Amino acid sequence: MPDKQAVRPGYNFAFLDEQTKKEIRRRILKAVAVPGYQVPFASRELPIAQGWGTGGLQLTLALVGPGDVVKVIDQGSDDVVNAVNIRRLLLQTTGVKTTEDTGAATLIQTRHRIPEERLREEQALVFQVPYPEPLRRVEPSEVKTREMHAEADYSRLWVFLYEDIVRWREITIGAQYPVLVNGRYVMDPSPIPRWDIPKLHMAANLNLFGAGREKRIYAVPPYTRVEPLAFEDHQFRVESFDGKHCAVCGSTASFLDELIDDHTGARRHTCSDVAYCAKRHQLLSENGPGAGRQTGNETGGGA
Amino acid sequence: MGYVPVKGGREAIEAAEDLVRYFRVRGGSAPLAAQQIQDQMRLAVDRVMGEGGLYAPFHAAVALKQAEGDTVEASFVLRAYRSTLPRMGYSTVTDTREMTVIRRVSAAFKDVPGGQVLGPTRDYSLRLLNLELAEEDSRQIEAFLARYRPRPDGGERPRSFPKVVDMLRAEGLLAEYATKPEPDVIPDLTRQPLTFPASRPVRLQSMARSETGGLMTLAYSSMRGYGNVHPTLGELRVGYVPVSVPHRHRAGSTVAIGRVLVTEAEIIARMDETEAKTSPRFTLGYGLCFGHNEIKAISTAVLDRTMQNAAGAAPAEDEEFVLYHADGIEASGFTAHWKLPHYVTFQSVLDRLRRMQDLAGEEKTQGEDTDDAG
Amino acid sequence: MDGLEITDVSSCDLSGRQDHRVPGEPMLRVRGLTRIYGRECPDCVPRTGPEAGSNICPGCGSVVACAGVSFDLYAGEILGVVGESGSGKSTLVQCLYFDSAVTAGEAYLRNYREGAVNILGSSAQEQRHIRHHLMGMVYQKPHQGLRLDCTAGGNIAEKLLAAEFFHVGRIRERASELLLRTEVPLERMDHLPRHFSGGMQQRVQIAKALANSPPLVFLDEVTTGLDVSVQARVLDLIRHLHRELGLAMVVVSHDLGVIRLLTDCTLVMKTGRVVEAGLTDQILGDPQHPYTQLLVSSLL
Repeated sequence: MPDKQAVRPGYNFAFLDEQTKKEIRRRILKAVAVPGYQVPFASRELPIAQGWGTGGLQLTLALVGPGDVVKVIDQGSDDVVNAVNIRRLLLQTTGVKTTEDTGAATLIQTRHRIPEERLREEQALVFQVPYPEPLRRVEPSEVKTREMHAEADYSRLWVFLYEDIVRWREITIGAQYPVLVNGRYVMDPSPIPRWDIPKLHMAANLNLFGAGREKRIYAVPPYTRVEPLAFEDHQFRVESFDGKHCAVCGSTASFLDELIDDHTGARRHTCSDVAYCAKRHQLLSENGPGAGRQTGNETGGGA
Repeated sequence: MGYVPVKGGREAIEAAEDLVRYFRVRGGSAPLAAQQIQDQMRLAVDRVMGEGGLYAPFHAAVALKQAEGDTVEASFVLRAYRSTLPRMGYSTVTDTREMTVIRRVSAAFKDVPGGQVLGPTRDYSLRLLNLELAEEDSRQIEAFLARYRPRPDGGERPRSFPKVVDMLRAEGLLAEYATKPEPDVIPDLTRQPLTFPASRPVRLQSMARSETGGLMTLAYSSMRGYGNVHPTLGELRVGYVPVSVPHRHRAGSTVAIGRVLVTEAEIIARMDETEAKTSPRFTLGYGLCFGHNEIKAISTAVLDRTMQNAAGAAPAEDEEFVLYHADGIEASGFTAHWKLPHYVTFQSVLDRLRRMQDLAGEEKTQGEDTDDAG
Repeated sequence: MDGLEITDVSSCDLSGRQDHRVPGEPMLRVRGLTRIYGRECPDCVPRTGPEAGSNICPGCGSVVACAGVSFDLYAGEILGVVGESGSGKSTLVQCLYFDSAVTAGEAYLRNYREGAVNILGSSAQEQRHIRHHLMGMVYQKPHQGLRLDCTAGGNIAEKLLAAEFFHVGRIRERASELLLRTEVPLERMDHLPRHFSGGMQQRVQIAKALANSPPLVFLDEVTTGLDVSVQARVLDLIRHLHRELGLAMVVVSHDLGVIRLLTDCTLVMKTGRVVEAGLTDQILGDPQHPYTQLLVSSLL
């Protein structure tokens, strides 16, 4: 990792004071104990704006220790300015090691994607969450949605899905598809594509979700059931990339970004997970074609 | 390489930061001293202290300089700075009756005991653009200061006054609050999550940090008729109140650690409907904020009262609506976040739209087939 | 009189019992149901009621919406609740459907835990379960029972989905069946009830209430506010459904005509109390309480 920046003097390790970190850790424990339940917490202001990842960042700051190796991605990329900015804050306030290699990271903070490489038990994935409440689509009031969760009253969200099918013949929700966690709480998985939803189901790693502006923390602990809401006769479907492959590494089993050529206007696709793509590309160039074939290590929902 | 909107990394961010600095100083004028901002942009500093949730005039002045005068941005910087400060303790309850008043007006009575104190206000100034200020130099300022004498009947002389609401209470015209929260059970919004229904102390704390314009808009919506409580300004005060903390070693005694400038508004509103069965009384809306910020204090007081309307349906009467939407740091951050890349979610939505179009196409083709068959 | 004692439980005369009724075991037992709005004081119940001529407590200003209401309802039976506005009849069904909390009282439903649990004291989650599986409600105003910005089919689906019926095809089959039964044209299934006539909205509401084939349905002033011809059609529908499905119903109305047409037995309520109870025919033919006499004479 090329980032070599001095730790900024005058700030506590990981920016937040210890009292605050302890409080956040207590809330995380509660979230892990009740999978999918939104735990309120007193979100702090950080030097990045609310709506720009402060929830995820507070989780990362509360969890990170000097021995951690951290990876930060936005839209699947380590190099998007917002990811760079968050990594910069982490470096300036902790001095920990960072990496782009998914396999080498102990703590991964992400916005809008789950890495294609399957995560392991000792890794934690921290999601930045803009809207923690999956029922907000049907009910604006927080008091009412908390009551609906308490009573497991999800019929209005189901009606929303039913009406979608009646009107459009399929469910029109793109990203941020609501899921049922451990058979009890309906949860907003953050705006990840549907492609990533199956990766949450019985995942080996800890998944933590932080909403800074809305002041909520929730979690999917390892090996927990995560089921997208679907009807018996209308199955959940991930995004289709039929007949398309990555122009860089040739992958047909990863979520693809669609690019439009500046000059010709032609479309091509590349992996959204840039680190995964680079790893495959390197394998290909070292070992020749065929080496980059899917190894079964990917967890692409479309496979 | 063509336009690459999101990838670029550290160099791009650093270049942007340099450019921001360049835009601030490229005019070549003398640098603004933070002290100048603190002295001469007094109201902006006060506003930033309130919305930033930190009483620190000098830091607020630096934040304003850093933000090139954008009060929302400056408040954000101050609040982020505040997050790094440990909570050392809590002050004891401050009684605003002990306020050293610099300004005090009441709209409720023609002649209020203690008298109206206009203080430093522009309320009755003609809003003519004063071009002489463009030419103001330090000699003129010195000459003015040499000439200026505080008025014998007021001016800067510290004064305290009886409160208008105390007089109304003594006459039994004002409802007493059922419970006065004990100081040690008052929740701390910066350490505990905001949940609903929110208690009154939490509402008042939340509004004290809210954005002035946001509160004003919501309060104004009530004044225009969306949940009107027909307020009368009982009393508006601006002044200094002492801040004390419990003594570390001597239980029961306190130590004064300084004073803060605050603006306090008490509005008297119509009778409470739920108490119609007992003798009718006025109700009170209360607002207090850091610094000299009258619009904010009055708006807070109006909203404090509107949110007490249990059955209200107007936005200003809905505590979730008011408290969730008036915080300037939250609202500005989320409004700005739309500038972040959203191309993964957009790809996902695009997938849905294309699928719907395919389905619609199929339906149409099928329809045509049937027509052919018929 | 301040409410009927438990020994004085209102119920239909057993001699009028129909064949499908399980002898001696009511489908719904209600005992001493009381709802007071306000601060409450020990005087609230003793100092209000028909004798006092008011349901407002002179001591504390609380409103005693209803007090000490007890009755038994048997399977397949229709109970009428009649009285003027403010008599507490709507509060009674709102409490039984858990829309409003009770101040005191108990209710037992034969189909829920063998009738051994006081459902008025159950948790919100249990009450939600009971509402969605064992009860239906038709309100006076369609917007109380329908989401006017969801389709007619979606409204029926809501009830089915609440009872964990997750198959769009079968939901639509069931919705069609119900709309057919309640005489709503099938092509309106995917339209918003906001654009329906009052009578059709009311029929959709009835279809929604029947979605999960509940054994018990509450109808609160369902024909009030409808045109006379539309009223007749809705009443006809209710009678028809009752005959066909054998539902137990509680019908609240200020209109003795509706009560006479639909119900087997009746509670007459005034200022929050039951003043007379018995077989509808008897009450109409030989009213005992002066208030009932007044009601009946005004009907003729």
